[in-house]
Amino acid sequence: MAGNNHKNDPNVLHPHIAPMSTYFKVAGVLFALTFLTVIAHQFHTQLGAFAAPIAFIIAAVKATFVLLYFMHLKDDNNMNRIIFSTGFIMLAVLLIFCVIDIVTRVVEVSPL
Amino acid sequence: MGHSSAHGENYLNHEKGLWSWLTTVDHKRIGLMYMITVLFFFFVGGVMALLLRAELFAPNAVAGVGQVLKSGDIYNQVLTYHGAIMVFMVIIPGIPAILGNFFLPIHIGAKDVAFPKVNLASWYCFMFGASLAIGTFFASKIDTGWTFYTPYSIRTGTSTVMMVLGAFVMGMSSVLTGLNFIVTVHKLRAPGMTMHRMPLFVWALYSTAILQMLATPVLAITLLLLAAEKIFGVGIFDPKLGGDPVLFQHFFWFYSHPAVYIMILPAMGVVSELITTFSRKVIFGYTAIAYSSLGIAAVSFFVWGHHMFVSGQSSFAGILFSFITMLVGVPTAIKMFNWVATLYKGSIRFDAPMLYALGFMFLFAIGGVTGIMLAVLPIDVHFHDTYFVVAHFHYVMVGGTLMALMGGLYYWFPKMFGRMCSDAWARMSFVFIFIGFNVTFFPQFILGAMGMPRRYFDYIPAYETLNKVSTVGSWLIMAGFLISLYTLVRGLRSGEKAPMNPWGSKTLEWQTSSPPPHFNFDVEPIVTAGPYEYR
Amino acid sequence: MSTDSTAHGKTPTAHVSHHFRDANQEYESGKQGIWLFMVTEILMFGAILVGYSIFHAIYPEMFAEGAKSLDWKMGFINTLVLIFSSFTMAISISFVQKNQTKKAAIAMGTTILCGAIFMCIKYFEYTHKFHLGLYPGRYLDAAKVGAEHANLGMYFGFYYCMTGLHGLHVLIGMGLITWLLIRTIRGDFHSQYWIPVEGVGIFWHIVDLIWIFLFPLLYLVG
Repeated sequence: MAGNNHKNDPNVLHPHIAPMSTYFKVAGVLFALTFLTVIAHQFHTQLGAFAAPIAFIIAAVKATFVLLYFMHLKDDNNMNRIIFSTGFIMLAVLLIFCVIDIVTRVVEVSPL
Repeated sequence: MGHSSAHGENYLNHEKGLWSWLTTVDHKRIGLMYMITVLFFFFVGGVMALLLRAELFAPNAVAGVGQVLKSGDIYNQVLTYHGAIMVFMVIIPGIPAILGNFFLPIHIGAKDVAFPKVNLASWYCFMFGASLAIGTFFASKIDTGWTFYTPYSIRTGTSTVMMVLGAFVMGMSSVLTGLNFIVTVHKLRAPGMTMHRMPLFVWALYSTAILQMLATPVLAITLLLLAAEKIFGVGIFDPKLGGDPVLFQHFFWFYSHPAVYIMILPAMGVVSELITTFSRKVIFGYTAIAYSSLGIAAVSFFVWGHHMFVSGQSSFAGILFSFITMLVGVPTAIKMFNWVATLYKGSIRFDAPMLYALGFMFLFAIGGVTGIMLAVLPIDVHFHDTYFVVAHFHYVMVGGTLMALMGGLYYWFPKMFGRMCSDAWARMSFVFIFIGFNVTFFPQFILGAMGMPRRYFDYIPAYETLNKVSTVGSWLIMAGFLISLYTLVRGLRSGEKAPMNPWGSKTLEWQTSSPPPHFNFDVEPIVTAGPYEYR
Repeated sequence: MSTDSTAHGKTPTAHVSHHFRDANQEYESGKQGIWLFMVTEILMFGAILVGYSIFHAIYPEMFAEGAKSLDWKMGFINTLVLIFSSFTMAISISFVQKNQTKKAAIAMGTTILCGAIFMCIKYFEYTHKFHLGLYPGRYLDAAKVGAEHANLGMYFGFYYCMTGLHGLHVLIGMGLITWLLIRTIRGDFHSQYWIPVEGVGIFWHIVDLIWIFLFPLLYLVG
């Protein structure tokens, strides 16, 4: 393990170190979005049907930030991204088929 | 490490004493530990099956006459434990945890699975879960059937929670095994071992592992919610609070249908190995067999509703599931035709493992085709909850998975223990199991078509003859497994020393000594060709 | 062979277990294993969410009534606490990678503290609910609490199952981070060996991620 040959040595790890400022920025964004969702909640009667989608869009944006920067999916390989996304795909399958069943059920009332 | 195997050092005598086994992280030893425990549970579940068949030998014409089990309640309990033990403790862990643990790393030229400690943890999870589940036998016995359908499971017995937690913990063990296999296949292949040079057994285990990862968590949460339902009455599955018991079935079968493929895919992998080895011929359609495993795994997530055709699920969903279910036939038939094509013009040897593989093909074809019949919505409405279904899934699980497990055990026995089994005795066990199996379960197709409902402990006299035949068949199966046990034990104690490659196979595990050294290979293999270079 | 090969005071060298070819292979494998495990966590929580959304669609008014009895301020504070803990967890990995062991330990300690604060707030929320008679499922006496919907117990069934399971994960996470903290102080982790920190970190972020969704789902949307 010669000191000058570290770049190609498979036994030397090269951690991807994100600058500290990134973490501060992301945390700032997450706090801001949390305040935003609570502020939006104050107007939920005015927002009506939009209140729920807005809350979930904000949650999804927050989740994306956590995934990309805190969990480093931004710098990870495609395999790990695919692995993680399969979970959500399977959930969609579960939801879709359950909903198909429940929505198309016919309530049968005995004519007698 | 050098030439350790030359000095007779192997994984069995590398360390000695019970403690070295209980703390081992060697995938081969963990495979053997699984083997001992799974075979023990198979014995317990088998005794229960014999009890059930004995009860059904004759109808209970007069109270007390023809009764082996005292009451219907006891029958229901035995039935539940038979189902739960065989499914959760025998067939699901069977091939992946025994043969998979032992051979997957060797097959791809690795020294161990990716996470050896996690592997050991999975065995302890399995044991802990199994103890919880068996422990209920000494508390209040479970009589829900292995499916724990609500709302009955919420009302009956007090130890359902314990049973369900046992299944939860065993599910964790299954997840840990699957996780290990996926990472091992992705990351630990030897130099030159590309994905398309992996043996088909590894492909099958890989597809199984994907199913274990993606399906089991949903079962886990379903069982936890069931426990919560039982303790707090949360109402999610309870119609009294506006809940939906059919939703429980959706969640349950979202796992348990893929679980059927967790059971059968590794068996298909074993059979692929056996067919090509004993035909001494390159497997026909390697890529097709490999990807049909992934295909089966993918389709299996979209078909669970065919267990619920008469459950109160909407007819539209039923029709949808019925159509998608028939798709499973496509990748399955791809495998079947490729195996047959491999046999064509091969130099076939009928050693015991090959007999089991051919037995698998015969029985699995029947099980598979009746499966397509049951997928057809109107036919299933007629056959649902009759013995036709019982016969169908026993043809798949016993005729499929157990036949492959036995074939695999005989095939790899020389490698695992360094000794040969008597082939004559092994063939005899096959004859008994194969004939006994058909005698037991074929009449059940007819009984089912005649309308005999499953899970009942009594029947009308019209069903008597066929039930008698079926019970006699169960004794033949028992004889077959006892002969197998004798053969394996005799091979273990006094079998002749096995050479490195007794069957003339080409896959990597036969290129190392029997039994393999502690780190599987003395020198890390470098792979330059596919797994089945016969010609 | 599989023990840590680091000696104090020297340049840290990577950790290679017996069955891996090199440190990179071991690191990549570990990371993939962690992500696979996270998929199971997502599926487990996700399946309850599927149940929640189905029943929410069937009984929107009953769920609205349930959501009204939750105090969003509590959930809001807890969200901030968890996000902050996620932040401290993330920077602790960064510190470990830069061999700043002391800072890493402080960050981990803060994370555990945040977890504890979260659980305390949860405890007060739960006891308050119990005080009002808002028990899950059949234990909720609709007449006694003056509920408009007879099956309000189902909402609280979901509430306790989801937050309870999440709380359990917070406790497990706190335990794991405590283990990390001990090993960090012992000097096990450094710029060539940090995969356990990263793994537990990803687990902790998943716990945070789930709360990010539970908060609007339970407290805000009614």
